[in-house]
Amino acid sequence: MTSTESLIDRRQLSYIAAQAADARLNVELETEGMTLNIGPQHPATHGTLRIIARLDGEQVVWAEPSCGYMHRGYEKLTEVRTYPQVTALVNRIDWLGSFANEVPFILAAEKLMEIEAPPRAQWIRTILFELSRIANVSLFLGDLGVQMGAITPVFMAFRDREYVLNLIEGATGGRFHPNFDRIGGLKDDLPAGFIDETRVVMKKLRNFCDEMENLLFGNEIFQSRTRGIGVIPKDVAMQYGLSGANLRASGVDWDLRRDQTLPMAWNKVDWKVWTHPDGDSYARCWVRLQEVRESTRIVDQLLDDIPSGPVMAKVPRIIKVPEGEAWVSTENPLGEMGYYVVSKGDLGPFRTKIRSASFNNISIVPWVLKGVYVPDIITILASLYFILGDIDR
Amino acid sequence: MNAALLAADLPYWAQALLRVLGGVVAVLLPAGTIVYVFLFKMMSFMQSRLGPMEAGPYGSMQLFAEVGKWLQKEDITPERADRFIFKIAPLVVLVSTFLLVAVVPFGPDAWFTNFEAGVFYMLAVSSVSVLGILIAGWASANKYSLLGGLRAAGQLIAYELPMVLAVIGVIIQAGTMNLQDIVLAQNAGSMFGWDGLGNPYILTQFVGFIIFMIAVQAELTQTPFDMPIAESELVSGYMTEYSGFRFLTFFIAEFATAGVFSLIASVLFLGGWGIPFAWFGWDTMDSVDNWMNVVGPLIMVTKMMLLSFIIMWVRFSYPRFREDQLQRFAWKVLVPVSLVNIMITAILKVAF
Repeated sequence: MTSTESLIDRRQLSYIAAQAADARLNVELETEGMTLNIGPQHPATHGTLRIIARLDGEQVVWAEPSCGYMHRGYEKLTEVRTYPQVTALVNRIDWLGSFANEVPFILAAEKLMEIEAPPRAQWIRTILFELSRIANVSLFLGDLGVQMGAITPVFMAFRDREYVLNLIEGATGGRFHPNFDRIGGLKDDLPAGFIDETRVVMKKLRNFCDEMENLLFGNEIFQSRTRGIGVIPKDVAMQYGLSGANLRASGVDWDLRRDQTLPMAWNKVDWKVWTHPDGDSYARCWVRLQEVRESTRIVDQLLDDIPSGPVMAKVPRIIKVPEGEAWVSTENPLGEMGYYVVSKGDLGPFRTKIRSASFNNISIVPWVLKGVYVPDIITILASLYFILGDIDR
Repeated sequence: MNAALLAADLPYWAQALLRVLGGVVAVLLPAGTIVYVFLFKMMSFMQSRLGPMEAGPYGSMQLFAEVGKWLQKEDITPERADRFIFKIAPLVVLVSTFLLVAVVPFGPDAWFTNFEAGVFYMLAVSSVSVLGILIAGWASANKYSLLGGLRAAGQLIAYELPMVLAVIGVIIQAGTMNLQDIVLAQNAGSMFGWDGLGNPYILTQFVGFIIFMIAVQAELTQTPFDMPIAESELVSGYMTEYSGFRFLTFFIAEFATAGVFSLIASVLFLGGWGIPFAWFGWDTMDSVDNWMNVVGPLIMVTKMMLLSFIIMWVRFSYPRFREDQLQRFAWKVLVPVSLVNIMITAILKVAF
């Protein structure tokens, strides 16, 4: 008697629960959800990311990113390239900060070969690394505006990024894809006048940051669109393996430039890792803005005491990497980027695993998009800041 | 004084033809000017670039080139679209603009129609465009368009109210709904007994003016209220599926409406076709000199450019509100403030 009663009770309760769940979705009318495909051809995904969102009105019930539309198979391609050739490939992973992609791979190869670049090469590597970070993140700051409807900041970002790209071009010969890093050092020394010009540009970039802070970050509408939107708590961010500014914006004080000893020049200068306790879209944007400022400071200090000497260590003419495995990751503009290189003692790597930042960063998209409004999808995606080449590789 | 520009001696059909031609000029000329001066040039200068430079001197013929380009494009109708509705939607939006310009006075005798309930009519026909936008969003059979259309409907209806309430202050002060009489009341009037400056309502109805301009910005779906268009998320919302000439119609309607609303705002708040501190003591409409029919339109165009400049300036530098935020802004900020404005205006009207 009691068992049947409780069974009926349970059925009734589950029925009521289902009704209540439905009622939450369909408040008064018999409505049904809508599945919205955002992408692959959508301006907000800057690339070919597709987000499948199940909507209830304007609210997202469920969302999932679907990537792979731009898969180029770089991991596989590295197996049929020699070590010096690989840098030309990995340049194209995060195409806005190309030089930063080369560095961890070269460092991994150097680690296997047990050689180290001379100090001047390390310094120049760090300078170019930070310049590519500035070029990358300053474009992010402009793009952020355009995703929210402010069309002017993006042109300012393009204008000032151009100065940085000119510097990179002057030093390496390539605006977007420098392909400048070599095992054991660099292809060339810095050109004449690079140091003075860089100082001028760094000043311009600091002005640009102030301008952005006035024009965009101080705007009430911008703040109301980003504050409290897309909050990622500290533990969730760590569980999903976020890295870079996305992690630091959730209050985790973690920066591979500082927490790791690599043959680079970051630990020789004085700079600060910025974190933000909020974890919302605004925090992510703000941390990136501060990062550009810190990068200009790093570059300025590195230029002050750049050592003299050769830019290339003694390496054999034909590079054969001894057998072994090495993992090196650096703090790239988008987050932690690492290469796990397996060598069998050949001219090229036997296998390379590329850990790119954006791929892990967008893994949080289903979690963070649940329950937000459609316009917020765009701001959250913009603030998470991914590059499609970095997702799909 | 009736025998001025639209001479009463002309037969009815000639008068009608003149009015139609005048209406087309009054809609298309401001639209073209606004697009060239603000959208092409001012926006470019704000964004550290030059804008169009090749077509004509300083790119001044660029608009014609663009129109030519659009006319050549294929007129695509989506397969599952509601064809008839889809095709008339841009025209409905444009009709609203033409209906609006019909009541705008350009001079003592230079008007298309002049009737007593001008303000009422203006507020009524300005919401016709909502209909066009809503059916465009629905008929496109596109999810993005539908979202855009629904957002537009919600937004335009929400901002209609502050606009009406902002204008009520003007109506109370002028004591009439006739736009000509409102112009006269501003130019020949006095502020609290001092008539050195006339009585342009931008001074006494400053709150109303600000609310009106914000509501205009929202009615035009310009940034920061461009959630229905939102290129970066809805890919132009209700306009997504339109191409060629139909898109051009939407485009013209958008900027022509910006011009017409600027004209109306200058009639309501800036003294219309007169300059309040350069008014030669005319007391009634009949006593105004004939040459104001020529100078009046020029003054109106100047004021229109000034107000359009503000609209576009805001458009190019602000990010956009979210849908619920802009609704909240309309209902919780603009409506109460305009109600308080009406109350104060009414009290002062009775007191003085």
